[in-house]
Amino acid sequence: MTKRTNWIVPTFYIFFLMLPIYWLINMSFKTTNEILGAFTLWPQEFTFDNYIKIFTDPTWYTGYLNSLTYVGLNTVISVSVALPAAYAFSRYRFLGDKHLFFWLLTNRMAPPAVFALPFFQLYSAFNLFDTHIAVALAHCLFNIPLAVWILEGFMSGVPKELDETAYIDGYSFSRFFVKIFIPTIAAGIGVAAFFCFMFSWVELLLAKTLTSVAAKPIAAVMTRTASTSGYELGLLAAAGTLTIVPGAFVIYFVRNYIAKGFAMGRV
Amino acid sequence: MNKTVNQKAWFFVIPVVVLVAFNAVIPLMTVVNYSVQETFGNNEFFWSGLDWFKQILHSDRFHQALRRQLIFTFTILAIEIPLGIAIALTMPRKGPWVSVCLVLMALPLLIPWNVVGAMWNIFALPKIGFMGHVLNSMGFDFNFTRQPGDAWFTLILMDVWHWTSLVVLLAYAGLVSIPDAYYQAARIDGAKPFAIFRYIQLPKMKRVLTIAVLLRLMDSFMIYTEPFVLTGGGPGNSTTLLSIDLVKIALGQFDLGPAAAMSLIYFLIVLLLSWLFYTLMMRGEEE
Repeated sequence: MTKRTNWIVPTFYIFFLMLPIYWLINMSFKTTNEILGAFTLWPQEFTFDNYIKIFTDPTWYTGYLNSLTYVGLNTVISVSVALPAAYAFSRYRFLGDKHLFFWLLTNRMAPPAVFALPFFQLYSAFNLFDTHIAVALAHCLFNIPLAVWILEGFMSGVPKELDETAYIDGYSFSRFFVKIFIPTIAAGIGVAAFFCFMFSWVELLLAKTLTSVAAKPIAAVMTRTASTSGYELGLLAAAGTLTIVPGAFVIYFVRNYIAKGFAMGRV
Repeated sequence: MNKTVNQKAWFFVIPVVVLVAFNAVIPLMTVVNYSVQETFGNNEFFWSGLDWFKQILHSDRFHQALRRQLIFTFTILAIEIPLGIAIALTMPRKGPWVSVCLVLMALPLLIPWNVVGAMWNIFALPKIGFMGHVLNSMGFDFNFTRQPGDAWFTLILMDVWHWTSLVVLLAYAGLVSIPDAYYQAARIDGAKPFAIFRYIQLPKMKRVLTIAVLLRLMDSFMIYTEPFVLTGGGPGNSTTLLSIDLVKIALGQFDLGPAAAMSLIYFLIVLLLSWLFYTLMMRGEEE
């Protein structure tokens, strides 16, 4: 492996990654006739109709709003309860700590397919079916363990002397936690929030099971359209393209921490 | 790090435990409940012991789904882990291209799973999709909606497309944490590139690679939406993985008993695998 030819591998890989995405964007600017009629590498009759339809039809754009609402709620809930817990795991030894940590992780590993039906019954019993908060809470199942895992990794990288010095300086625990500790691990919090956003945004099975009309996520709107209104590939492609935008937006914000974040702070 | 013993730390953990338990324990108990009962509708349930478990464990359908699942999981691991390491090794370490690479590579991870499936469906369609069209015009008879082999090829390629970046990012995080001094020492000793990889880079990446294997193993066992949207488990049952089969039984046929028993068996398999890796990882961390 010589240094001069190194760039070839990542370049080819990124080319491979971009190809299906390009195809999706390409399709989203085509008319249905063109998609079904001929194979073209770029749109011959460039059209914005698919996007106009999405931005003017309430069933489409409320789908986006619904998704963003429960994803936002979930991120806030997950990170705020995970913060103290991660602190406890990284600083203290207590009865059953290791078992508890493993139990939390098993939930990250529980297949959502297993929980689809019981979740439907549970949230219906609490009268939460078809609300944003139901999806936000359900996604806590895998996002809280993940947030605890990531934050614990970042917090363990902060020397304990920081805590001790602060107490000597006369800080109370809560003041230390808010004024000193949280700013110190701000990057970790950003990364944890990013991951909660990501996994809540991409998950569909639970979100679809727990909603029908009022809180229907965009992904579910898409699957329904694909199955009922014939084969409107252009519309589907436009909706798909739009779901990539929020993701690209948040990646940009955490780009400097992204590699460390995927390593759960454990490098 | 030296941790102090402090039982009050439990108070910090309580909110997490309550929220996760609400989502995990109650549904799990519901599943356990269904798995040992027989119902004829009208909300009447009868005790049926372990019958459902026996039935599932002896059914060909379950064996086939499990076999497909294992083939799928080990194929994608065998491709994604070495490929991810190779890409991470060749990525730039400094300069403006680092951010560009990272952002572009992370993009597939942020796309909703059903969009991934739909995107690959459009991409692989025999006549109008890019991949299908190119393969067919090259003389291959490619049609993933008809031929099981092609469906598998598309499925594996989609997963490689979707998740290799996760391995790349993890391996890359491990690589950039190696101090320059290590490389300088290796250069003084006249180490060959392979020796550097084997004795410096690989040991340093061990921990993050364990996380990578762990996450890919678990997530590939849970995979549902992408193959469902791409192939719907077909043609026939050729790409029906465990979770697709489970949802077919539970929400399609509404056979609560068998579905619940299968859920538990499925969950136990995943749990066993994760426990194995967790122990391995923790042992690695104590060293």
